[in-house]
Amino acid sequence: MELLLDSLFNGVAIGSVLLVAALGLAIVFGLMGVINLAHGELMMLGAYTTYVTQLIFKLPILKPFYNSYIIVSIFLAFIVSGVVGILLEKTIIRKLYGSPLETLLATWGVSLILQQFVRSVPLAYGTGLVISLLIALFLPTIFPLKIKESINFKYYKFSTWIFAALTGVLTGSLISSSVSKLSRASARNVDVTAPSWMRGQVEIIGTTFPKTRLMIIVITLISVIAITLFLNQSAWGMRIRAVTQNRQMSDCLGISTEKVDIITFGIGSGLAGVAGVAVSLLGSVGPNVGGNYIVGCFMVVVLGGVGNLLGTVFASFGIGIMTDLIGAGRLLSIWPDMPLPLSNTINFFATTSMARVMIFALIVIFLQFKPTGLFPQKGRMVEN
Amino acid sequence: MSFSKIKFDKKIVLSFWIILIALIIAAPTLLPVFRLNLLGRYLSLSIVALGVDLIWGYTGLLSLGQGIFFALGGYCAAMYLQITSSSEFPNNIPEFFALYGVEKLPFFWEPFRSPIFTFFAIWIIPALVAGLIGFLVFRNRIKGVYFSILTQASLLVFFNFFNGQQKLINGTNGLKTDVTQLFGQMVGSESMQRIFFWITAILVIAAWFFAKWVVKGRFGNILIGIRDDEPRVRFTGYNPVIFKTIIFSIAGGLAGISGALYTVQSGIVSPQFMTVPFSIEMVIWVAVGGRGTLLGAILGAVFINYAKSLVSEALPASWMFIQGGLFILVVTALPEGVLGWIQGDGPRNLLQRFGLKRKIETYPSLEVNNNEGNNG
Amino acid sequence: MRGIMDNTDLLNLIDITVSFEGFLALNKLNLNLKKGELRAVIGPNGAGKTTFLDVITGKVKPTKGEVIFKGKSLVGRKEHKIARLGVGRKFQSPRIFENLTVKENLEISVTTPKSPLNLINKSIKDEQINEIERLMKIVNLAQKVDSKAGSLSHGQKQWLEIAMLVGQKPDLMLVDEPVAGLTDEETDLTADLLKSLSGENTVVVIDHDMEFIRRLDSNVSVLNQGTVLCEGTMETIQKDQKVIDVYLGRPED
Repeated sequence: MELLLDSLFNGVAIGSVLLVAALGLAIVFGLMGVINLAHGELMMLGAYTTYVTQLIFKLPILKPFYNSYIIVSIFLAFIVSGVVGILLEKTIIRKLYGSPLETLLATWGVSLILQQFVRSVPLAYGTGLVISLLIALFLPTIFPLKIKESINFKYYKFSTWIFAALTGVLTGSLISSSVSKLSRASARNVDVTAPSWMRGQVEIIGTTFPKTRLMIIVITLISVIAITLFLNQSAWGMRIRAVTQNRQMSDCLGISTEKVDIITFGIGSGLAGVAGVAVSLLGSVGPNVGGNYIVGCFMVVVLGGVGNLLGTVFASFGIGIMTDLIGAGRLLSIWPDMPLPLSNTINFFATTSMARVMIFALIVIFLQFKPTGLFPQKGRMVEN
Repeated sequence: MSFSKIKFDKKIVLSFWIILIALIIAAPTLLPVFRLNLLGRYLSLSIVALGVDLIWGYTGLLSLGQGIFFALGGYCAAMYLQITSSSEFPNNIPEFFALYGVEKLPFFWEPFRSPIFTFFAIWIIPALVAGLIGFLVFRNRIKGVYFSILTQASLLVFFNFFNGQQKLINGTNGLKTDVTQLFGQMVGSESMQRIFFWITAILVIAAWFFAKWVVKGRFGNILIGIRDDEPRVRFTGYNPVIFKTIIFSIAGGLAGISGALYTVQSGIVSPQFMTVPFSIEMVIWVAVGGRGTLLGAILGAVFINYAKSLVSEALPASWMFIQGGLFILVVTALPEGVLGWIQGDGPRNLLQRFGLKRKIETYPSLEVNNNEGNNG
Repeated sequence: MRGIMDNTDLLNLIDITVSFEGFLALNKLNLNLKKGELRAVIGPNGAGKTTFLDVITGKVKPTKGEVIFKGKSLVGRKEHKIARLGVGRKFQSPRIFENLTVKENLEISVTTPKSPLNLINKSIKDEQINEIERLMKIVNLAQKVDSKAGSLSHGQKQWLEIAMLVGQKPDLMLVDEPVAGLTDEETDLTADLLKSLSGENTVVVIDHDMEFIRRLDSNVSVLNQGTVLCEGTMETIQKDQKVIDVYLGRPED
């Protein structure tokens, strides 16, 4: 019983990492049909955001609030990845709607650039750049209507860009001069240390459980609930669903599909950032940290059924529990005296990498029988 | 298509070939052996690019898992070389086995004692694996991005397997070939490398003719038909599953040959051949060269890899930026690739922009909504 | 009962029901076609005309019911197998291979057997080349042999697709809105072409265009809400009260 519970907890822990990582992809791929291979790099940005936030919270002014940096970084990571995602949508992805294979290649290019960017550019200036982007993209949208409609709007817009650039450079150099660790570019991996209240273990029904793992489960839960509420209860959520179901009709009904695309992609990317916070708690953060998750994320979304959040939830926990069962050779401890050939096979797959082999192979086989995943979208429109 | 344009194309293609063949003949004497070896490697990569072009450029299947077949070919060649050069090691088996306490050769190594078996295995095993994966996927009408994702997942399956199995295949260290012997000579030696260069050059040309033979005529037209409108092909009475399986397995076989040639010239085969980035790079060679043009695939593979080595030597950090930019640029601005652009209206448009050539007057193109009839 | 097999029948649709998530696209549809017949199928939007073709060609599997073609059941067969049995289809908007030339398009359709080995090994047979030339003359595309099909006008594309359909030598031709977007003159020519094909072939034409249907001078089946409302010549159809209700609206509703 205790073994099973242990296994279940571990599986849920693995699954929740997968879920939070795949959630953004489920939005972007599931609702928009966009294959974003830079999703892993958006996660990586979220992880680096956590690191930067942590260092900034070590500054004397913010030191008293140090323990809450992880909460703040969740919001910041959402914003950082979301802004980069929006920029991506506005510059590249928008041009490639309807040609998923091209999107796939272009976003791979983006992922390479982002990886090299964090290697070559000091994080302080990277932060500055993100702040510039944030100002440049959002300041014009909150201008009063009077300015927006004036013929001189382009000059206003131009001056926001200058303002944005100046602010960016200023914050960049400010951070660079006050936090020495952020002032140099470095290809090395960095480590995020959890605040003291998140270290150690908790006991739940007789089994011990690392607090960081619990935190990840909480982050995942909140993200899933928030995104479900947003999609089902808010006006923009309804518009997103409308555009997913019938783009042309939504256009005719006066929904700005362009705005819907930006918001959907921004939220999907932002969720990748949140996933990055979770991932940064698990191990060290490097330029390649996201790449380790991307294929797994796609498998989760495809297995769950594209365009179905519930499917994504089931698929990630399913894969999580299976990974633990196979990777830790649990079956052997549940059934110790099984026949030798069987136990040899189980031992053969009882490593992390071999468990991955097994899981992926199982998913590929599963998709042979149900190509549309666990919860397929139904209806006559699907085929086209 | 006007008459003059066809002539123009032929001239260009012909001159490309003359230059290429002249370069191949001259290369071993002109280039230092280090550069020659690099060129040989890039030429062998152009064979896998030809395969990618066949499945992606012509048939519309974007595989992100060609590294599987490339590595399988490489492993076949390396296993043969290791096993025939292991007479002085304990138990007469390759040296690395001793590190993991393995005393008996794993069963699947046995057939690789035979050079004839190896010669066929290099291309037949990857072709069979590709055929099997392809058949299962195509049978279920998995296509488009789903196909790409599944091939990528398969790539990871193979990568993790080869990476994790020290006792069977030396795991993450891979199999070295440069210190092995072939026909009494060291594989890594200068004279052997020169021979490998020639073999590669001949095989590239052979592969090019083979690919040309595959895509010309009705078989190739069906492939294009599958790419553009698969259901229509089906309603005409063809079974796209078989066609796709055949072409995917041909591409797999080409990848195997390519991998074997690359292995003997780079001196090692390792699970690094099966990483995700490498397989996507193969696609970008074709995309830059010009998908749907076989020559474009070859030139793309050679030139991008050459550029990569030049840039990496000079400015190591900037290659990733350049490569990333190349992906974005070619997809958004140059979807037909360089050769496709030259063959199409590209140069004319460019000259027009500078006022050097007169515009051709055309009717505004008719818009026909293709989705209209599919859901009534 | 309608479902009883008749020896001269080429195709019988027996109680075909197609349900998409509870929505009945076809509801107990029955239809029989005699060999050599030309049949027009009309119906308002959403009557299930295209689904009806999808069921015959194997694109959609009926939830219930049976499709008998030349004495064989078609239900559950793959599309290409059904095509090889002798069912050809022309799509609503022309679906030709735009990146291939006119000749290559026709080659694809006339080639038999349709196996990869035949295609890659052997060159095209002489009688097939003759057939292509004959077809190109019929549809007036002889000058366009080596043009990319994508460069043809809309009407020429429609005709190329009809030529491809004929080249397939099917026993049953299913033609979906062949005159959509054609000029009046082209419409008349198409009607004559289809009429000349019947007799030797069995042709089903689906269309909205009443003038065109009248010109075909054939039996007409009226589809409504997934079922056959009535069958007969154009005159009987136009007098039928049920048809008038469907097209003009029922006063009591």
